[in-house]
Amino acid sequence: MITVDGLSKSYGDFKAVDDISFKIRDGEITGLLGPNGAGKTTTLRMLSCYLTPDSGSITVDEKKSAENTLDIKKMIGYLPESAPLYAEMMVYDYLKYVAEIRGITEEERISEVAGICRINDVMHKNINELSKGYKQRVGLAHAMIHDPQILILDEPTSGLDPIEIVEIRNLIKELGKSKTVILSTHILSEVEATCDRVIIINRGRIVADDSTENLQSAVKGDKDIIFRVSGTDFIALKSAVSGIGGVKNVASIDGEEFTSAVLTVDHQAEVRPELFRLAVQNNWVIYEMKQEHLSLENVFRELTTGSEDEKSK
Amino acid sequence: MYSGSLQPEVKMKSLNESLIIMRKELKGYFNSPIAYIVITVFHAFTGFFFFKDFFYYNQAEMRGLFQTLPLMLSFVVPAVTMKLFAEERQSGSFEILMTLPVSAWDAVLGKFFAGVAFSAIMLSPTLIYFVTVFLVGSPDPGPVIGGYIGALLLAAAYTSIGLLASSFTRNQIISFITAWAACFLLWILDKVIIFLPAPFGFVSYFGTDFHFQNIARGIIDTRDVIYFVSVCALSLMFTVKNVEERR
Repeated sequence: MITVDGLSKSYGDFKAVDDISFKIRDGEITGLLGPNGAGKTTTLRMLSCYLTPDSGSITVDEKKSAENTLDIKKMIGYLPESAPLYAEMMVYDYLKYVAEIRGITEEERISEVAGICRINDVMHKNINELSKGYKQRVGLAHAMIHDPQILILDEPTSGLDPIEIVEIRNLIKELGKSKTVILSTHILSEVEATCDRVIIINRGRIVADDSTENLQSAVKGDKDIIFRVSGTDFIALKSAVSGIGGVKNVASIDGEEFTSAVLTVDHQAEVRPELFRLAVQNNWVIYEMKQEHLSLENVFRELTTGSEDEKSK
Repeated sequence: MYSGSLQPEVKMKSLNESLIIMRKELKGYFNSPIAYIVITVFHAFTGFFFFKDFFYYNQAEMRGLFQTLPLMLSFVVPAVTMKLFAEERQSGSFEILMTLPVSAWDAVLGKFFAGVAFSAIMLSPTLIYFVTVFLVGSPDPGPVIGGYIGALLLAAAYTSIGLLASSFTRNQIISFITAWAACFLLWILDKVIIFLPAPFGFVSYFGTDFHFQNIARGIIDTRDVIYFVSVCALSLMFTVKNVEERR
């Protein structure tokens, strides 16, 4: 369990992190979400004992980070932003070096970690010859080599291609089953895909701290259903579906070969079975019926760009 | 779990971590061309100063070499130490180093001893001159042994100064120039003394060459050794402070 209390850090006049407090429970994947420059990296740097906070405290399993720095560093595996590794070193030598400093003598552990991170085929290349994706994976291997209880990953998927992103996310989810993972990102879908919990930061302050599901359902407003049929025109369709309870608005989508509509529905109502029955009754052929997934995007936008009173909620 | 248990012998462990860092840095030197360039330049110049006396004046001794060594090292050692912290700050790997379970002292000592070891390796081929001189003449071994001990102490002092300069900046050129300026200043100190009024004569005690030439005469005086050790201790202390505070 990590307890952060009243943490602040300034660079000159700029308050990067401004009096934030939160708790991170064991065995959870926590996402630190925020726009660029919100203070995510600074927060993670303080958690990983790289930066010393100006005020406030970090406690990891009853140990104060300010007094037990070395002990806490041993418990943490940290991947800094964009994995700044020793460019001139060979991957194998680098991992061996980190392992030795961490007090690991078993040769097998290096190949084990290399296997998990899938870097076996680049072990004898220099780090500066690697692609961004491989570098990131070497960074991950570096963070995992001592099998730490806590993994802190700063933007683990930035600069990767879509396949690599999925791979890394799966790896993080796998690790999250047995470890405490804290990752930062400015990509919303990443949090939705991997995290149990989200902390949204903006301008150095926490604006939301809840489970991913709660945040998603807390989105104010409605959800959209895209509905495409043939065998009717829009006016008939509109009058038919408007009668379903929970439907607030029906708008047409232009330029389609089918009769298409976007239904705005109260977020608690489930109207899809009704839509299906309607179509059967009226002999419409359904080509598409898609419920737009409630997205954190809305919460995020609301919290980070909304007016002052919205922010304080 | 691989982490966890703290060894009771904390001091031994910390020394071990310094050794790992030292080995990594030393290996790093020889993985990049800079080591070979520095060593080549060093031997081109020292070779000239040795053979000038050897053939020109027909003297079987190494005084010429040891006389120019302090000036040579004031150029060469900063080139060796310039990257030690500056490169890490530039590339961002400093963050990696500082989040590994090592103290600032471990990191600084590891890098310091890597620099000193590099200097020792660089100096070692000059032992051929030593053998040559003994084959063709019968020089006094005292000044030669003293010269080598002095050279190592001097290299250590310059390394610590270079390390301090390197810890201030992310720019290796700035690191080199400031370290060189500091080392050169210490070298020239006892030579500019003639421009100062007599009461300022004590200033020459702060010069590296003053103390080096004492040792290179074959007289190993504790005062000279203490001078070099204090320069190292002071510079390393400030480097550690710098590494801890400038993140």
